[in-house]
Amino acid sequence: MILSLCLILLLPLVIGIALYMKSAPLLEREGFTSLVTSSAWSPEEGHFGFRPFIFGSVYVTALSFVFAAPVCLLSGIYLTQFASRKLVRIMHPVIDILAGIPSVVYGVWGILVIVPLVGEYLAPVFNVHASGYSILAGGIVLAVMCIPYMLNMLIEVFNTVPEGLKEASLALGATRWESVKHVVIRKSYPGIISSYGLGLAKAFGETLAVMMVVGNRVQISLDPFEAGYPLPALIANNYGEMLSIPLYDSALMFAAFLLLVIILLINLFFRYLIHKTKKR
Amino acid sequence: MKRKKRIEEKFFIFLAGFATYSLMALLGLIIIIIFVKGVGSLSFSMLFTLPKGGYYYGGEGGVLNAIAGSAYIAFGATLIAIILGLPAALYINVHLYRYRRTQNTIRYLLDALWGIPSIVYGAFGFALMLFFGMQASLLAGTITVALLITPIMIRTFDEVLAATPAGLLEASLAMGSTRSETAFRIFFRQGMSGFVTAVLLSFGRGIGDAASVLFTAGYTDLIPRHLDEPAATLPLAIFFQLGSPIPEVRERAFAAALILTVIILVISLTARHLSGKYSKTIIK
Repeated sequence: MILSLCLILLLPLVIGIALYMKSAPLLEREGFTSLVTSSAWSPEEGHFGFRPFIFGSVYVTALSFVFAAPVCLLSGIYLTQFASRKLVRIMHPVIDILAGIPSVVYGVWGILVIVPLVGEYLAPVFNVHASGYSILAGGIVLAVMCIPYMLNMLIEVFNTVPEGLKEASLALGATRWESVKHVVIRKSYPGIISSYGLGLAKAFGETLAVMMVVGNRVQISLDPFEAGYPLPALIANNYGEMLSIPLYDSALMFAAFLLLVIILLINLFFRYLIHKTKKR
Repeated sequence: MKRKKRIEEKFFIFLAGFATYSLMALLGLIIIIIFVKGVGSLSFSMLFTLPKGGYYYGGEGGVLNAIAGSAYIAFGATLIAIILGLPAALYINVHLYRYRRTQNTIRYLLDALWGIPSIVYGAFGFALMLFFGMQASLLAGTITVALLITPIMIRTFDEVLAATPAGLLEASLAMGSTRSETAFRIFFRQGMSGFVTAVLLSFGRGIGDAASVLFTAGYTDLIPRHLDEPAATLPLAIFFQLGSPIPEVRERAFAAALILTVIILVISLTARHLSGKYSKTIIK
């Protein structure tokens, strides 16, 4: 029993070490900062600059967050404060199923719905020509995927706000919305931030769905209708050829290492915040 | 002032309700689109035959190889996850019962582990494969997926075990049973509903995950017979067929997506049903 537990708990460390060792050859040659800041990417000539990919990841994640965050907050509040018991009972399986749909199915759905939506309807509104395979499409699909994840955590957070606090606020003459605004949200502030943080981490590491709609072109462009190339997509797209080009495998493993470290740090930080507030 | 207040109240409650109902609509939309698009090219041969020559150019055949491969990997991985996860979850709740701090730290680490994306597991599995000199195979894919789903398994099971009343543990120990007996005889039975949910949840994750098997399981048109042969998986079958320029092949990807969605829906509904069924017999 102890053995199996230790095995699992040591896993992140082992993964980290393995990926680091694999990426060491490249790190030794280029150095960490130049790898992360350089934007020259041509593996055949031995140039590995990760800036476009990091940029792509951050951009898609940020965009998805902008879409998902308000929906989650509002819906979390509605489900815990205003909704009838019946609606809550229906919504629980809805959220669970949304969370359980595999990433590749979201990708298919994105190609069928979001990509045409962006390419044929949204782009003409802004007077741009776009195929639809874009950062924006990636952001929307990612937002849909993250909503059930964040919403579940937010519901838990709002449910821990003591009933008495709300009642006190209502007794003082505040309306229901005012109580929510001034008491519930304020009280669960750390929880909301943590849920958002964990949602961001989840979005940052999502691979297949994003990669199917985001266009996968190595470039840095602020235009959301342009294609992007996030880090996970880089790893997933190029595994086939990575053993034929020198240092390429090392570069991809470095990308995985980067993902692991960033996401693990975000997770550890916000989970710590949650554990702290739970105790109080 | 009062009027403004009332309008704000109405407006935000409306907005919140709208967000909630639109989520419901979203799920409906996703399922309907996948169904409508997929049902057209879904057929008997799609489900029960292997891809024949020229399949990826619109030829005859089906995705049985991927369905079988996915099932093998998900079953194998779930089995490994049970072997690793079951004792771990019981240990946290029975043996570490008096050590709240340790319990919390372990849960904290497991939660963080849950957050690691599957592509990182995939890359790690690939690094391991190279280290041991293995080829992409059923075994490598299964191990990678097992690592991915074990934290999910432990935490889901643990969540239910943690709700076990302390009196039950004390009563069992007072009767003279050892901690391990208490764990496997009493706590396991008590947490049965959680165990079923955990197993089905992990199985669902295992069958639907693509990024972790991308490097490690490989792809083949045959059903693997040995652990060291490559195996096709359903998510990857969808992904590869979608990349094809030929419309019929893309249509088939939609059908495969429908198959996968139905599998996931069935698993998720079964989990709900079963966990309700088993929770009737537990001691509160």
